[in-house]
Amino acid sequence: MLDILNIRKRFPILQEKINGENLIYFDNGATTQKPKSVIDTVSKFYKQKNANIHRGVHFLSSHATEEFENTRSSVSEFIGAANSNEIIFTKGTTESINLVANGYKSILKKGNDVIISELEHHSNIVPWQICCQVSGANLKIIPLKENGELDLTYFQKILSKNTKLVAISHVSNTLGTINPIQEIIAASHKFGAKVLIDGAQAMSHINLNMEEIGADYYCFSGHKMYGPTGVGVLYGKESILNDFPIYQSGGEMIEKVSLKKTTYAKIPHKFEAGTPNIAGVVGLNEAIKFINGLGVSNIKSHEDSLLHHLTEKLIKIDGLKIYGSSQNKTAILSFNIDGLHHYDIGVLLDKMGIAIRTGHHCTQPIMEKYNILGTARVSLSVYNTIEEIDYFISAIRRIKNMLS
Amino acid sequence: MEKIESIQRQIIEEFEMFENWIHKYEYIIELGKELPKIEQEYKVDENLIPGCQSRVWLYAEKKKGKVVFFADSDAIMTKGIIALLIRVFSGQNPSDITASKLDFIDIIGLKDQLSATRANGLSSMIKQMKIYALALNAK
Repeated sequence: MLDILNIRKRFPILQEKINGENLIYFDNGATTQKPKSVIDTVSKFYKQKNANIHRGVHFLSSHATEEFENTRSSVSEFIGAANSNEIIFTKGTTESINLVANGYKSILKKGNDVIISELEHHSNIVPWQICCQVSGANLKIIPLKENGELDLTYFQKILSKNTKLVAISHVSNTLGTINPIQEIIAASHKFGAKVLIDGAQAMSHINLNMEEIGADYYCFSGHKMYGPTGVGVLYGKESILNDFPIYQSGGEMIEKVSLKKTTYAKIPHKFEAGTPNIAGVVGLNEAIKFINGLGVSNIKSHEDSLLHHLTEKLIKIDGLKIYGSSQNKTAILSFNIDGLHHYDIGVLLDKMGIAIRTGHHCTQPIMEKYNILGTARVSLSVYNTIEEIDYFISAIRRIKNMLS
Repeated sequence: MEKIESIQRQIIEEFEMFENWIHKYEYIIELGKELPKIEQEYKVDENLIPGCQSRVWLYAEKKKGKVVFFADSDAIMTKGIIALLIRVFSGQNPSDITASKLDFIDIIGLKDQLSATRANGLSSMIKQMKIYALALNAK
C-alpha cells in the first residue's frame, strides 16, 4: 500500500489554492504534476551543471553529457529495451510519431497499407494521413465498438501482406481503454507489418517491457509521467533504426561532413540533431526514479481502486453517461450529463478548485462515433485520493442542481 | 435607448451586489436560461464564432438604423455572457458599437475567472459583434 498523503507532500503544486479552494487535479491525462525532486533536478542543472553535451572537453560539458546519457540508460531499463541505443530523445510523443511517419513517407509505396484505429489521438492520425498522401499508401481504420474497445475481428480482416505499418495507442486518452497491443503486434508481425505504439497514456500506469511486448516503435512523453515538458522518447528496435531514414539534420547527427558529402552518426545520435532539451532529459531521469521508488504495480493498483470508486459513484447520478465500459482501463473516465454542456461542467468545477478537461480531447473521430461534441474527462494519478473523488462527486451533484 | 456606457455601469452595479462567485455564476446561468431562443435558420456553421469551446452562433440585422443581435450557444454559461453582451450592444447605433470600449467584463470579474482559451472565445465574440456593426453601418 502506498502512503498517498506522504506522496502528495512531494508535489509542491498540490499545496496551492486555486480560486481559494484546495487544488484537486484531475487532468493528469493532459500532464501530470511534478515532484519536488524533478523540479529541483532541473533547477540544479541550470544553476550548477549547465553546459552543452557531447562536444565539449571541459568538466561541465562532460558531466552534462554523462547525466544526459545516464537518462538514456534509465529509460532503456525502465521500458525493458534491449539496449540504450534504442532510445531516441524527442520533444514528446507527437514528435516521436512524426519522426517515424516522416521516415515512412519514403518507405511506403503505392498499394501499401497503414492501419490506425478510430480511437487514436489526432497526433496518431494526422501524421499518417500526410504520410499516406505523400507516399500513395492507403490508410485503413480499425473501428471502435460501443464499449470503447477496438473491433479486432475487423482488424484481422483488413490485415494483409500489403500492411506495412500498424499504429495504435496503448491506452485511449479519452476513454482509458487499454488496447491488447501484444495481440495486435503478434497478428501484425505474422504479415510482416511493423507496429508503432503510442504509449503517451500508458507510462507510469502500466508495466512495460519492450522485449516482451515486441513493438517495433514505442512513443511517449516525459511530462505525462511526472517529468518535465518538452522531452519525449522514441523507442525503436535497433535493427530497424539503423537503416531508418533520417529525420532532422544538422549538428550532432553527423559522422563526417564535407561540402560534397555527409555521413551520418550511428543511432541514437543519428536522430538527435541539434542541442536537445538537456535539462528536461536530466529531469526525466529523476521522474523515473520517482516512479520506480513507488513501483508501477503499486501505482496501478491505487489508480485502479480510485477508478473503481469514481465509476461506482458516478453511475448513481441520474442522466450521467460514461463513455467506454471496457474492463481493461486506466484511470481515465469520460462522461456527459443529460441536458448539460461539458463546458459548463468544466467551468463550474474549476470554480470549486477541481481541474478536469472538457472538449474533444484531440480525438474527434471518437466524438463522431458517439455522436457528441465533447465530454468532461477525469484522469487520475497516484497522488489523487478517495476523498478528492468524494468531493468531486458532491461538486457534480451541486453543479447539476445549478444548471438544471 | 440608453447609451452603451450607462448599460455597462448598470451591469457593474448589479454584479457588485453578489457576495461570492456562486451567486454571480447563478445569475449568469439565470441570464443564460432566459436568453430568447434564436431561429433554427441562424444556427448554421457560417454564424459560428471560432475560438469558443462551446458553439456560439451570432447574427445581426439593421433595424431602423440600429443593430439588433441574435445569438445562442449550447453552453449555458456562455449564453449568460451572450445575454450581457446583447444587453449592451443590441439596439445601438453601429458607430457607437464600433467606438465602444467594453470594460464591464473585466470589472465584474468575469475575465480573470475565465481561462485564457475561454477569454479568447469572449474576445472573438466581441470582435465579431463589432464587425457586424461595421458591416451594417456601411450598408
